[in-house]
Amino acid sequence: MSEQDQKPGLMGELRAGFSHNLKQYAMFIALLGIWAIFTYLTKGIFISPRNISNLMVQNSYIAILAVGMVLVIVAGHIDLSVGSVAGFCGAVAAYVQCFWHWGTVPSILAALGVGLLVGLWQGYWIAFKGVPAFIVTLAGWGMFRGMVILVTGGQTIAPLHDNFTAIGVGYIPQLFLIGKVGNQEGQVPFHDLTLIIALLAVVVFIVLELRNRARRKGYGFEVLSVPLQAAKIAFLSAMIMVFFYFMIMYRGIPWAIVVVAILVLLFNFISTKMVFGRHVYAIGGNKEAARLSGINIRALNMTIFIAMGLLSAISGIVFTARLNSATASAGNLFELDAIAAAIIGGTSTLGGEGTIIGAIIGALVMGSLNNGMQLLNIETQFQMIIKGLILLLAVWFDISSRKTTK
Amino acid sequence: MSEHIFEMENISKEFPGVRALDSVNFRVRKGEIHALVGENGAGKSTLMKVLSGLYPYGSYTGKLIIKGTERQFHTIKDSERAGVVVIYQELALVKQLSITENIFLGSEIARNGVINWDLALVEARKWLGEVGLAIDPMEKVVNIGVGKQQLVEIAKALAKNAEILILDEPTAALNEEDSRHLLNILRQLKAKGVTCIYISHKLEEVLSIADSVTVLRDGQTVKSQAMDEDGGMTEAKMISMMVGRTLEQRYPRKPHQAGEVVMEVKNWTVWHPELVEKEVIKDVSFQIRKGEILGIAGLMGAGRTELFMSLFGAYGSRHQGEVSIHGRPVDIREPRHAIQNGLSYLSEDRKGNGLVLGMDVLSNITLASLQIDSSKSGVAEDPAQQLSKSGVINILQEVVVTNRYVKRLAIKTPSIEQQVKNLSGGNQQKVVLAKWLLTEPSILILDEPTRGIDVGAKFEIYSIMNQLVDNGVAIVMISSELPEVLGMSDRILVLHEGRLTGDLPWQEATQEKCMYYATGGK
Repeated sequence: MSEQDQKPGLMGELRAGFSHNLKQYAMFIALLGIWAIFTYLTKGIFISPRNISNLMVQNSYIAILAVGMVLVIVAGHIDLSVGSVAGFCGAVAAYVQCFWHWGTVPSILAALGVGLLVGLWQGYWIAFKGVPAFIVTLAGWGMFRGMVILVTGGQTIAPLHDNFTAIGVGYIPQLFLIGKVGNQEGQVPFHDLTLIIALLAVVVFIVLELRNRARRKGYGFEVLSVPLQAAKIAFLSAMIMVFFYFMIMYRGIPWAIVVVAILVLLFNFISTKMVFGRHVYAIGGNKEAARLSGINIRALNMTIFIAMGLLSAISGIVFTARLNSATASAGNLFELDAIAAAIIGGTSTLGGEGTIIGAIIGALVMGSLNNGMQLLNIETQFQMIIKGLILLLAVWFDISSRKTTK
Repeated sequence: MSEHIFEMENISKEFPGVRALDSVNFRVRKGEIHALVGENGAGKSTLMKVLSGLYPYGSYTGKLIIKGTERQFHTIKDSERAGVVVIYQELALVKQLSITENIFLGSEIARNGVINWDLALVEARKWLGEVGLAIDPMEKVVNIGVGKQQLVEIAKALAKNAEILILDEPTAALNEEDSRHLLNILRQLKAKGVTCIYISHKLEEVLSIADSVTVLRDGQTVKSQAMDEDGGMTEAKMISMMVGRTLEQRYPRKPHQAGEVVMEVKNWTVWHPELVEKEVIKDVSFQIRKGEILGIAGLMGAGRTELFMSLFGAYGSRHQGEVSIHGRPVDIREPRHAIQNGLSYLSEDRKGNGLVLGMDVLSNITLASLQIDSSKSGVAEDPAQQLSKSGVINILQEVVVTNRYVKRLAIKTPSIEQQVKNLSGGNQQKVVLAKWLLTEPSILILDEPTRGIDVGAKFEIYSIMNQLVDNGVAIVMISSELPEVLGMSDRILVLHEGRLTGDLPWQEATQEKCMYYATGGK
């Protein structure tokens, strides 16, 4: 496509691009809208770096689960057990530290090992025995909750190693300004290493975007016109800086967010650039066509649930680290938040559609609602009602936008 | 009152681009068994859907007169109230419910929504008696054989006070004994004054049971007569009326040189996935040669698709027999084994089995080839040619090969990033074809490759088939359009009820001969 072909004017192109990606943009705009409303209602407390930084950490374990939940739902399944599994894996990590005196690394490996076994177990029933994922994971929801209580004995297991809890409450270190800044009296809140990482992220983003554009042009694909491309780069660069701003101006990047970021990049790569990811979308889009195309559906389903098991374990580790303890109720109802995050982020309940980035935005929407309503001291019962309504509206939006495109 | 229980006058029905019925006249006398015959797509089912109100009044033109008065049906309920009941080929029984519940489904014997089970059971037993079934009416349908299920369907129709019973291929799923029993029941019903319309591909049965016959061809009535009129009806006469159309030069036939045998099938038997004792393919043996187009003919339900789906590892039921490819015995249990052995299968159900409609052209075309190790097949030695390495997709290579196939097959799409659901039928079909060509098969099975696409796209697909054969690919073409099979194939196999009944070189094949074998002639 040469650029002469696209002369409907900048506004026309903008409108076309906007309606094309309506769902993704809509969610992003909804997020900004929620932030604006809470900022107004809390007289600015909501948007403070401290609050946003906390919001992201509070939300990290849901985001980790949502990343895997996207794959599960895109493939046409569901996983109701992730909260129980996260609680179970976290309890195992705490137990081996407190009672067997294992170090931090072995205890993390133990939790991951348990997550792997859970994934193998559930994957086996789904992929090889043909039991619907809904049933297998509903059974798992009960079984693994039982095992959490078994491991913890109904008690709280604490305290945990300092370098373990750092995963949930710690931040990456300062580079130069050690001790000179901070949130204590007489200190400046500024984090230098985070600023450096933020600038690096912007540079990497711009380079990738330009390279991608050149490649698409080389393949003869449509690309954005120069002014719009520039505007897109400027806007998204600004968004990246805004994202980092909250952390620069507080205590830096929390380790939990480092974990989330690595998982998001990894699973985004898997879902868009790898054969495995392509096949997941294919079985969700049309299982018969996928099977007749020679895709090994059993192996694929097995892998999806192993990945979900491991992500549940990571989520459990981060949550346990943040609480500095394991409890019998850890991870309760996480599955519903994770499913809601994926669906609000545009994952189709019918399978075949959904993105990792969308799920992260969905998780932020859910997290912002939780956080903002807590700041406003809205009672729990009303919080639940509002969250339920938001989920319903998001799915209705998904269904009605599907109809109009038909 | 006229002697005809119903008359359909000048019925025409159009679908986008197709005239399915063209001024059809169809009259049936009260109390007779009237057979309706014709090739696949001749318009039999469409005509019956007009009669039953499935195509409501206003969606067709022409008059429908029942017992002397013109009727306008808007729903199936309307026609049932007028005494017209259709029994479809795929039985419409709820398997997990009892026979009684099925018989009265939708017209339960109830007062204020509370079912009177005692009366229902008595009534059910009465109707079962009418069709000669001595069976517990509380038995679940899933527990009785398919022959008895067929009779339950008839009992259900009678319970609705059916005066005109339409049976669409009622014996297709039955064995010989059950078929004979069913025909006897129909004769008894006739004696009680029920009128039957009997749609069947089994001309032998038609001759034995029908009083009159109407032949449809290309949406028109060719002939309607009593069996003993005009010197009597015979199988041969019916066949020539069913096919009697001239072959146009729509097929780019090229002389091919058949080479060595690439695939050999011996004593292949396949059982039905649900009716486990029923054989859908019975002891079939044949060979496929390099560089030939092997045409597969047969009527609906003859087992053409089942045969090749099972050879491709996609039918999912018990089978028996031997298959060898390039002289090596192979054990194909999943489609991926078939693809690894150089076998590809383009399904007749483009949207259900061929495409992932929400994915783009590129992802659909490369779907079956992403994980093929091309160094093993020896086709593309250059590792850069591979579409993936260590599980990571080589997107550059993907774009290159997709563009190559889009050009080669002249796929009309605004971009290879276009979702395939937005393409026309012909272009969708080319996308599926491209997917299979990309796997570089040595044997390509095409199941109804030109179904539902326009004449121009058909011709293009025929030309591609010729090119492939020139390149040494063996092609199997399954088609319900006899002229297409005759026009393109080098050799034609004819199936009838799961058996191979004919094997003809194209020079000897005619429509009449194929139809003779397809209707079970020996």
